Amino acid sequence: MTSILPLKITEAVVRKRGKRLLGPVTHVIEASGFTIVMGPNGSGKTTFLRMMHGLETPRQGSLVWNIDERDARKHQAFVFQTPIIMRRTVLQNIAYPLLVGRHDKKQARETALDWIGKIGLVADRNAQVLSGGERQKLAIARALIVQPEVLFLDEPTTNLDGRSIREIEDLLREAFQNGTRIIMTTHDIGQAQRLAGDVMFLNRGQICERAPADDFFNATASEEARAFLRGDIVE
Amino acid sequence: MNDIWRGVVEAVQLIISLDPDLIEISLRSLQVSITAVIIAATIGLPLGAWLAVNRFRFRRTTIAVLNALMGLPPVVVGLFVYILLSRSGPFGVLGLLYTPTAMIIAQVIIVTPLIASIAHQAIRDLWTEYHDLLISLNTSRRQRMRTLIWDARRALLTAALAGFGRAIGEVGAIMIVGGNIDHVSRVLTTAIALETGKGDFALAIGLGLVLIGLAIAVNVTIHSISQTERTGLW
Repeated sequence: MTSILPLKITEAVVRKRGKRLLGPVTHVIEASGFTIVMGPNGSGKTTFLRMMHGLETPRQGSLVWNIDERDARKHQAFVFQTPIIMRRTVLQNIAYPLLVGRHDKKQARETALDWIGKIGLVADRNAQVLSGGERQKLAIARALIVQPEVLFLDEPTTNLDGRSIREIEDLLREAFQNGTRIIMTTHDIGQAQRLAGDVMFLNRGQICERAPADDFFNATASEEARAFLRGDIVE
Repeated sequence: MNDIWRGVVEAVQLIISLDPDLIEISLRSLQVSITAVIIAATIGLPLGAWLAVNRFRFRRTTIAVLNALMGLPPVVVGLFVYILLSRSGPFGVLGLLYTPTAMIIAQVIIVTPLIASIAHQAIRDLWTEYHDLLISLNTSRRQRMRTLIWDARRALLTAALAGFGRAIGEVGAIMIVGGNIDHVSRVLTTAIALETGKGDFALAIGLGLVLIGLAIAVNVTIHSISQTERTGLW
């Protein structure tokens, strides 16, 4: 099967209500890796992820996947900062992507039950009553059940307890080891150090720095990133 | 007060004795209204979902018109349906005037905008919540509409019951197109109007109480079957 990557982003600009949220950004997302996107609030991290996934359309510039864009979407998944939980049971939530993807119902149910066992939830429980950590684990399982080639995650562990964060990080490590290309935003420097293969630092809608994780944390090139890592306020 | 008391007594007597006329017009009321609501829901629910999910020119105007149609005067609807179904009208050849079918047609016209409008509002709110997820999962428009209708089913049930409430209590349109003919098109509301005109307030009140009882019974039954209050969030 032809990979959907690399993704070539050229001079992409995202605007909303006349305000530039991102760009111009020129970048290439390569076929493998675990990229952590960091930056202060309002730097454009979420917009960058949403643009790559097709939830935001660039007003200028272009995004070119290795295959047709419509087909490329089928091989991606997105986990939102606030998980969107459907008004259904845990099982129905997790099986949903397979069912809309026209998979066999019985097979979809079995695969979803495997995932539910893995994340430790109860299949017939109303998903709306889950805790924050459980909701996010459900969202990640729902994203991974389709075995995406690229997984985007927008601050998936914000406001979660330590145990939930560890469980989610384990899921992401496993997905990465299984060949999923992961691009994730986080504010948590410790988490970035634990997970990142490479780090992209954004400020004011621009990519200020991209480097392998060790280089980024030990020999930070840009002044904005150094200030961010020191805990200073970055404007 | 005397009339009301006599009405209550008469209603109880009619029900206990299983009065054949009462049973007949009650069943006809249910038949007409439930059929009308089923047809209206079949049209209105997908229409509400379609309006929530799709963006097109004059969408706001369409929604405004739909909302305005919730207040359609039944008598005017009855008049239009009468003209369409009368012998000289375009559908006169079908011979539907003064039949329960004509009453169902009139009620569908009255109830569909109500169900579609409430459905649109409920589904629009859910669409706002689900938008990014359903786009991200690469769903087709048909899949989005089906998902939203299913997940908003409790609100949509309320929409259907609101439609049923309007249909079963409607008198103006069905009086015009049904004619209130005994054993043919008489229903509870037209019978109440007739008995009130004749000055038999006790029977009219009795029929009214039966009507209210039927409306409550249908609502309770539907809620019970759908387990609306049993499988809540907590």
